[in-house]
Amino acid sequence: MSARGNVLAARGSVWRPVVARISWQRLLLLLFVAAFFAYLFGPLIIMTVTAFNSADYPRVTPWDCFTTQWFGRFGRDSLLLAGLANSFFIGLGVVLLSLPIGLAAAIALSEVGERARSLLYTVFIVPILLPGIVIGIATLLFWGRIAGSFGLGHDTLLYNGIFLTILGQVCFISSYSMLIFLARIQRFDPTQTEAALDLGATPGQAFRKVLLPFLKPAIGSAAVLAFLASVENYNTTVFTIVSESTFTTVLASKVRFGIDPTISAIAVIIITTTLVAAIIQEARQRRLAARRREALAGVAAGAGAAAVMAGPTGRLLSHPASVAVLLLAVVGGLVWAGSRYDSSACQDALLQQKLQRQQELLEQQRQRMQQQAPAQPAPVPSGAAPKPASPFGGVFAPNNLGLSAPGGAVPAPAPPGAAPKPASPFGNAFAPDNLGLSAPGGATAPKIEPGAPAAPADPAPATQ
Amino acid sequence: MSRDVTLEHVTIRFGSHTAVDDAHLTIRSGEFFSFLGPSGCGKTTLLRCVSGFLEPTEGRVLIGGEDMRGVGPNRRPTALIFQNLALFPLMSVAENIAFALEVRGVGRQARRKRAVELLELIALPHVGDKKVYELSGGQRQRVAIARALAAEPQILLLDEPLSALDLKLRQHMRSELRAIQRRVGLTFIYITHDQGEALTMSDRVAVMSEGRIEQVDEPLAVYDHPKTSFVASFVGETNVLPATVTGRDGTDVTLQTDGGLIVQGFAVGRRQYRAGERCQVFVRPEQIKVAPPEPGPNRLAARVLAEEFEGNLRHVSLAVGGSVGGSGGAPAVGALAVGGQPLRMSVVNDGSLPPLQPDAALTVTFDPSVASVLPEGPLARA
Repeated sequence: MSARGNVLAARGSVWRPVVARISWQRLLLLLFVAAFFAYLFGPLIIMTVTAFNSADYPRVTPWDCFTTQWFGRFGRDSLLLAGLANSFFIGLGVVLLSLPIGLAAAIALSEVGERARSLLYTVFIVPILLPGIVIGIATLLFWGRIAGSFGLGHDTLLYNGIFLTILGQVCFISSYSMLIFLARIQRFDPTQTEAALDLGATPGQAFRKVLLPFLKPAIGSAAVLAFLASVENYNTTVFTIVSESTFTTVLASKVRFGIDPTISAIAVIIITTTLVAAIIQEARQRRLAARRREALAGVAAGAGAAAVMAGPTGRLLSHPASVAVLLLAVVGGLVWAGSRYDSSACQDALLQQKLQRQQELLEQQRQRMQQQAPAQPAPVPSGAAPKPASPFGGVFAPNNLGLSAPGGAVPAPAPPGAAPKPASPFGNAFAPDNLGLSAPGGATAPKIEPGAPAAPADPAPATQ
Repeated sequence: MSRDVTLEHVTIRFGSHTAVDDAHLTIRSGEFFSFLGPSGCGKTTLLRCVSGFLEPTEGRVLIGGEDMRGVGPNRRPTALIFQNLALFPLMSVAENIAFALEVRGVGRQARRKRAVELLELIALPHVGDKKVYELSGGQRQRVAIARALAAEPQILLLDEPLSALDLKLRQHMRSELRAIQRRVGLTFIYITHDQGEALTMSDRVAVMSEGRIEQVDEPLAVYDHPKTSFVASFVGETNVLPATVTGRDGTDVTLQTDGGLIVQGFAVGRRQYRAGERCQVFVRPEQIKVAPPEPGPNRLAARVLAEEFEGNLRHVSLAVGGSVGGSGGAPAVGALAVGGQPLRMSVVNDGSLPPLQPDAALTVTFDPSVASVLPEGPLARA
């Protein structure tokens, strides 16, 4: 026992100076990590807080009243909801189209020879490099042309905003999904397909029973990514959507007329959905990893598998389904509580306070005006104390930069009452004469600019 | 049921590179046939051609007398065991084995039954529900064989299937494979660069080099009577003596080696050598013996360079000076051997030869009938 204690003590004495030496580095690291996460999550946190402030503009301070009214307003905003439905529908269409196209491209890339591959890859990747606006306009023009050449009217599919948006977005989103499929296919052992063929499978069967199961995770991620990329897209959509609207185009037009915290409420809903989905997915991943470990442990020892999970209770709690139920219950409870919360009392009180304050101010002003009416007009405008010509010490005054307006007759920016000060905070080091360079005016420059004297130390009066 | 495979002047080219050059042979029904050669000799290409992943540039592949041109791998009566096995990692062992039946539309019950049978055959009856990654290397090996057998092929093709296993397991799997082949009675075509595998398992061996089939023979004939310099140097250990022909009497050839030795050998394939022709003499280390006192041909004065002890065998490196009674006595101490290479002698450790000290002088000999004289040709790289 004591020997063990000695060992620990010895180890402590060895490690303590090391800790002391690296502590400031740890501090820097912690600071960096904090700054990093603040940068990542700060905006989201602010956004979330503003969703519950009753102020008409999304803000944290001053805090008015805790409210859930913005969620209600979002639920009643038929324009936004219609846009959301359109976005959802478009996203679905984009997923259904871009996944097969991306998969086909990825398979083609994995099959062709070295030289053709790099060329083909460039071709497939170009839509990602093109600006979305270009794709949007090009889609509109191209399909308009086709519709025109067939003599189709403006009420047909080729002029339908949703249809065109799906086509336009598929252009580049299928490239995204191709990249995901390609990353997975590169880890595929092509002899697997050969083995399937050799065992009598048709190429179709080999694809369905061997390659497709292998690609399943990639199909999942490509679908999620394609859907999200479609819903959040604006550049292309704003052109191809024509007379329809999507979630993003409605939001954008809202911003043009001034935003209110409805947008924050939407953000909170999106963030919550993402978080819940991510946590459920994480639970699933852990369960799969644990299963795999258990299987391997079974091979190695036959026993010891029980230690992987903390008994049947832990197993049940960590099951993705129970995690999902738990999270959904919490979110549902919050929504229910939020929908019953009524902030109108607080807001009425606040309104009363504000009205009262306004009354007081009005009253004060009326009294002041009554007192001053016999005397002179308000002295406020001309009574300002003399102040420096510029808060930046005249650095931005055109003359100090050694540039002169074409006419040369620059009116002085400083009022006559300004105190004498150096013409330039840089001691005129940048004055053209000091550098041996002359302004476009050549030798006439000094004459035009009396504010830039030759002697740097000379406290020149302001330009006059 | 098994069938024979005939390669009719099969040539396979990739651009300007000829991977297989005029392969022409028949593999008999029910035979264990090996293609042996160093990596890059074209043996895997030939196998892919038989299994249907490649079409020959020239010539034909016949299986059971039927021309296989245009018949895809999924419609040929062959099954291939891949070098990396290519088991399906997302399926269980039983699903792997039953895959060939599944793609044929065999019902679930029948598939399960057949998988159980095949697992019995490979002596792994209880692994059906496991995943592939839960099996050991040797078990995977056997599962791959069971999966191929489930397709009921008439010819089983094996592409270096043992190369990923460790030595002990490899030796065990050799006899296992041979036993399975006898049990199922199929034609096995086996690809390997390991001569030990080829010689122990095969009924016949084809030795390949740079796309050409050098020799097709039974293992013993390949070892004892190599037909080309490549086969002689690739299969087994051997001593190579570059030499010039000085005389001939029937198949007996007299030569002078580049080191100045006068030796006698026999002309492989009854080849008619002319005096002055360049050739190579191959003598296996175990054929070189300490000479008895009585006179005879091929008596060489030698000096011991080093001896390695390997339990059952003793390997002795010798510097060889000249023929005794010929150009001189034993070589000087430190002299290098013929053609820059020491002469290697392997002696069975039966106590008949006393321990040899370095630099000890010795007279060695070999029988002219085991010294193969072959025209000069490319040797296998060590």
